[in-house]
Order: sequence, then C-alpha cells, then structure tokens
Amino acid sequence: MTFKRYMKLFSTMFELSAFTFGGGYVIVSLMKQKFVDELGWLDDEEMLNLVAIAQSAPGAVAVNGALLVGYKIGGIFGAFLSIIGTILPPFIIISIISQFYIAFKTNPIVNAFLKGMQPAIAAIIADVVINLGANVIKQKKVIYIIAMFLAFVSSFFFSVNVMYIIFCCGILGFFYSHLESKKEVTK
Amino acid sequence: MLLDLFLSFIYIGAFSFGGGLAALPLIQEQIVNIHSWMSLSEFTDLISIAQMTPGPIAINSATFVGIRIAGLKGAFVATMGCLLPSLLIVTLLAFLYFKYKELNWVKGILAGLRPAVVAMIAAAGVAIFKIAISPLTNGVINYVAIVLFAIILVLLRWKKINPIIMLMVSGILGIVVYYFIGV
Repeated sequence: MTFKRYMKLFSTMFELSAFTFGGGYVIVSLMKQKFVDELGWLDDEEMLNLVAIAQSAPGAVAVNGALLVGYKIGGIFGAFLSIIGTILPPFIIISIISQFYIAFKTNPIVNAFLKGMQPAIAAIIADVVINLGANVIKQKKVIYIIAMFLAFVSSFFFSVNVMYIIFCCGILGFFYSHLESKKEVTK
Repeated sequence: MLLDLFLSFIYIGAFSFGGGLAALPLIQEQIVNIHSWMSLSEFTDLISIAQMTPGPIAINSATFVGIRIAGLKGAFVATMGCLLPSLLIVTLLAFLYFKYKELNWVKGILAGLRPAVVAMIAAAGVAIFKIAISPLTNGVINYVAIVLFAIILVLLRWKKINPIIMLMVSGILGIVVYYFIGV
C-alpha cells in the first residue's frame, strides 16, 4: 500500500461525502462506481458483500460502508482514513450551517438547487442498479432473481424493515448453497 | 453535560439499525423527550437541515445538536459518540469477513445477501425518483425532472461522465428552472 494510494482513498471519500446528498445508498452507489468501475480496487461481488455487512450492523450505511471498503483497500489505517474522509465534510458543513440554519432552510435558491439535484440522484442510482441487477440475472440462478424481486417489493411497497429482509435472504443463501454443494457431491 | 451528550449519542449509534430515517424516532426520544435539548419544532428544523446537507442523518443530527448545546466541543463529542458503536462493531465484522469469507457457509449467506442489497439500492432509487417527478405546486407533472433524469442516465451510462459533476450541473439547472424561470 503506497502513500499515493492512501491519499487517493482519503481524497475520494472526502469528495464523495462532500457532494453526496440523499442518503446512504447514494454514496454507496458512487463508491461502487469509483472503486470498482474506475479504479478497479475491488470487484462487484465484494462491493455487494461489504454493503450487505454495512447494512447488517447498526449505524449509518455510508459510514459502515466507508470503513469496510477502506479496510479492504488499506487495512486498519485505510479504514481510519476512509472514515475521517467521510465524516469531515458533513461535520464542517453542519457546524457552519447550524449558525444560520433558519435562513438556510427557507432559502429559495438552496431549495431550487436541492430539487434540481433529485433527478440526478435517481439517475446515478438507476445506473448502478442496472449494472448490479444485470449481474444477478446473468448468474441464472432463478431463486436469487426471485429473492431480488421479492426483496424490492417488500421494501418499496410494504416498507418491510431492512433487517428482516437481510435476515431472510441470508438464511436463504445459507440453505441454498448447502443444497447446491450436496448436489455436486452426489454427481 | 458533555458526558450526557456522549452517552446519548452512543445509545443512538448503537441502536439505529436500517438506515437514516429509521433512526429518527430514536434521536427524537433522546434529544426532545428525555434530555429536552431541543423543542419539537427545533427538532423538525434539524431533520430538514440534516436532509438538505450531505452526510448521514444520524451523524448530521449529532453534530448539529452538539454544536447547539455545547459549541464545537459538543459537536465533536456527540459525533464521536454516534460513531463509536458502529466503528467497533463494523471493524470486528470486517476482521471476521476477511478471515472467513472463503468458508462455504459464509459464501452461501453472502450469495443470498447480494440480491437483497441490489433490491435495497433499487428501492431507494425508485423512492427518490418518485419524489423527483412528483407534481409541481400547480399540479402539473414535472416533465423537467423526467427529461433531466433520462438525459443524465444516458450521459452516465454511455459517456461515463463524473456523477458528481452531473449532480452539481443538475442542481444549478434546478436553480435556473425553479428559481429564475419559476416553473
């Protein structure tokens, strides 16, 4: 792990954290784009594993995801840099805005800017989901395609708590892979 | 006071499972109901600000509450408290994951989790899309947002343009369209 790579990790997380509005999955999508597609520091599958772990632990998905990706890229020190890079921008921004938050909250230009960003946020997530969803479908394991569909429906339409969905899918994966390996042995 | 703040946000950090909005009742209980650090209307402002700025809602709330009641020192203490539980737990999980990820049963569980994660990200995206195209105040469908969404998606997929630049350009277009033209 070179000094340059540590700096790149820190500056990437700082930049993503400073400009990412709209919740944990937006920054996770951008992390995937940067670290997997652009820099090639980890692959799709591992990125999804890390997000799954980030989601299963308490706390913000963005922070947990940053820690895990940082750990993967540069061990404990990588995790530390990644967290600092993630935390610093909101800490600075909130500290400043808290001094005049009423003016900020009601400012029409700020609100127009935020409203203008919404389609871009949706497009960024759509782009990442198309790639990741295609990978799940390409594996041709029908049970996981159904699981993906059911997880979407229960989360989006029925607002089922993420923890239950994660739990059920983990159990499904555990038993399905067990069955699969048994089949291979009998062949 | 600082210790109270620290402990309170350790509690919030430790028990907020399942994303930002799920943590809000927990934050409200600690800040408004138990410690009366803020009134309910201030808390509502806090949520708006936390959502209008980059960064996780729980962390933003911690910084905001901390600075309001004890200055920068308070902001630091509250933010650290909020972070501490997940730092410890996730570091442990990271260690276990990288040590045992080649075990078959671990691989199996992760294979089951991956489709779920894709679905969660998709659900978040569709929810934001719905808000983005929600009708304007005069009841007209927001065609501007739909067209912008399509153009940006095309640019991201086929031109590989930096998504952060797209975010900023889209925000500035928002100022032009919603503020200056006044759609």
